[in-house]
Amino acid sequence: MKSVIAENLVKTYRNGEVIALNGLSLDVEEGTVLGVLGPNGSGKTTTVRILATLLKPDSGSATVAGIDVIKNPEKVRELIGLSGQYAAVDETLTGWDNLVMFGRLYHLGRQSSIDRANELLERFDLVEAARRPIKTYSGGMRRRLDLAASLIVKPKILFLDEPTTGLDPRGRQDMWGVIQELVKGGVTLLLTTQYLEEADQLADEIAVIDRGTVIARGTSDALKKQVGGERLEITVENADVAATQEIVAKISGHATHTDLRTISAPVLNGSKDLMDALRAMDEAKIHPLDIGLKRPSLDDVFLSLTGHIAEETVQETVKKKRGGKK
Amino acid sequence: MKYAINDAVVITKRQLLQLARVPEVLVFSTIQPVMFVLLFRFVFGGSISTGQPGGYVQLLMPGIFVQTVAFTLASTAIGLAEDMKKGLIDRFRSLPISRGAVIFGRTFGDALLNILVLVVMACAGFAVGWRPTSGIFHTSMAFLFLFMFGYALSWIGILVGLSVKEARTVQSVGFLVTFPLTFLSNAFAPTTGMPKILQYFAEWNPVSTMVAACRQLFGLKNQFGATANSWPSQHPLQTSLLYMVILMVVFIPLSIRKYKNYSN
Repeated sequence: MKSVIAENLVKTYRNGEVIALNGLSLDVEEGTVLGVLGPNGSGKTTTVRILATLLKPDSGSATVAGIDVIKNPEKVRELIGLSGQYAAVDETLTGWDNLVMFGRLYHLGRQSSIDRANELLERFDLVEAARRPIKTYSGGMRRRLDLAASLIVKPKILFLDEPTTGLDPRGRQDMWGVIQELVKGGVTLLLTTQYLEEADQLADEIAVIDRGTVIARGTSDALKKQVGGERLEITVENADVAATQEIVAKISGHATHTDLRTISAPVLNGSKDLMDALRAMDEAKIHPLDIGLKRPSLDDVFLSLTGHIAEETVQETVKKKRGGKK
Repeated sequence: MKYAINDAVVITKRQLLQLARVPEVLVFSTIQPVMFVLLFRFVFGGSISTGQPGGYVQLLMPGIFVQTVAFTLASTAIGLAEDMKKGLIDRFRSLPISRGAVIFGRTFGDALLNILVLVVMACAGFAVGWRPTSGIFHTSMAFLFLFMFGYALSWIGILVGLSVKEARTVQSVGFLVTFPLTFLSNAFAPTTGMPKILQYFAEWNPVSTMVAACRQLFGLKNQFGATANSWPSQHPLQTSLLYMVILMVVFIPLSIRKYKNYSN
């Protein structure tokens, strides 16, 4: 069963001059994690805002747990949790204050709100900071509290918009741990990110989006295959470069690529080709400094799909007015 | 919606909790009006003769009360604009709460803050010689008027707060609007000295009608008004009530609509 379905979403701003979404479609299978991967301005946040009922699309449709987000937003809000760069908490209040307040807004009773707040603070390792204003929290603590606030009623479907953007490596690791715990608990998760590594780590399936539309989707492995299979990569001393090129070319049957002392080429048979290469080099008395099979990274995926790297900040797509100004 | 009231109350409580957590806000929002009371009382009080028993401070206090509640417009707008910018409004909107709760809750919170500020000011005024002479009932009516006026202006603040991108913009615009409005009035000095055209403006100015209404309710002759013999200066109570009703009838639906359509 699909928990989230978006079909042909279109959203434009400034009377159609800026196209945020250009016919975006995606879906998330119940109990799985979909990573929506794309650079800034590609439409990730707009997608999340539409699915979380904060924004109405110009056209297209979307359902969450089978409920139409446009026709029945109140019902959808009871089922989802939302957290990320654009959801927030009250910074002047303490972590405890915030969670109790949100509990009350989810219509839990006073005591249940307090119990739930304590439970979540414990779970997200925020007990010590519970009575301090959010202002004094680190970036990672703040995100954890934000996430906790979206989990008050144990939503079955969760939207996380760039949950680790701006966090230091330690904060990111912690957040990943927390998210992985959630996923084990069976929640359906739609997660946006500009970090390829993050999608690789957390998502069952990845939708790569660029300029308001999905340009590729599949598992991390499938996407990597789409870009090309494994490459044999050998680094040798300068004197051995020419001989190694010959060996690699013979095994691969494709043109080799040489970068300083590193020779690489696509191979079909993976570890068998690697063994052959090792044997051939041994016979030729060449000692590799480094040898291995390299699978394409998601960076390679993005580059080959979009022609630009993911970290790049892409200007919003501006549709040219026909005829222009007179 | 059975939860609508609960939701609004939670939002209101949040604002009061903010005051408890950051008491500086309350301190600074009361220091300014108290400072005005003292400055005007001791700077102008000595040189403006009123012939009124008790002197200038009697006429001054209603002016400062009205000026202070008029600032509610800006404070509501600033508070809301900040919540919008920080994404808190988005979070509220992603919750299953009734749509009006967030903005009604904020106006209630600001109204409660106004009560506190009015009490502090009344004490400050009392300390420097202000004495209402009209008895409990009329004095309470005056404070009810002030409270209502602040509440009505709060709704303009909601619309402004939903319309701007930056809280700082609101702050400057707030001053640009509030200062001329409060000074082009009978709040601090007689309107008789103004050019004729400004006199008319001053007399129709809601701040003037409110000040005149409060003076009347506190048992004073409104010596700073009634020069052009306009209807508002003759009937300050009715005019003020009318203004408040108009403000609420116009701005509450506009604000609710703006909040609902914010998603487009």
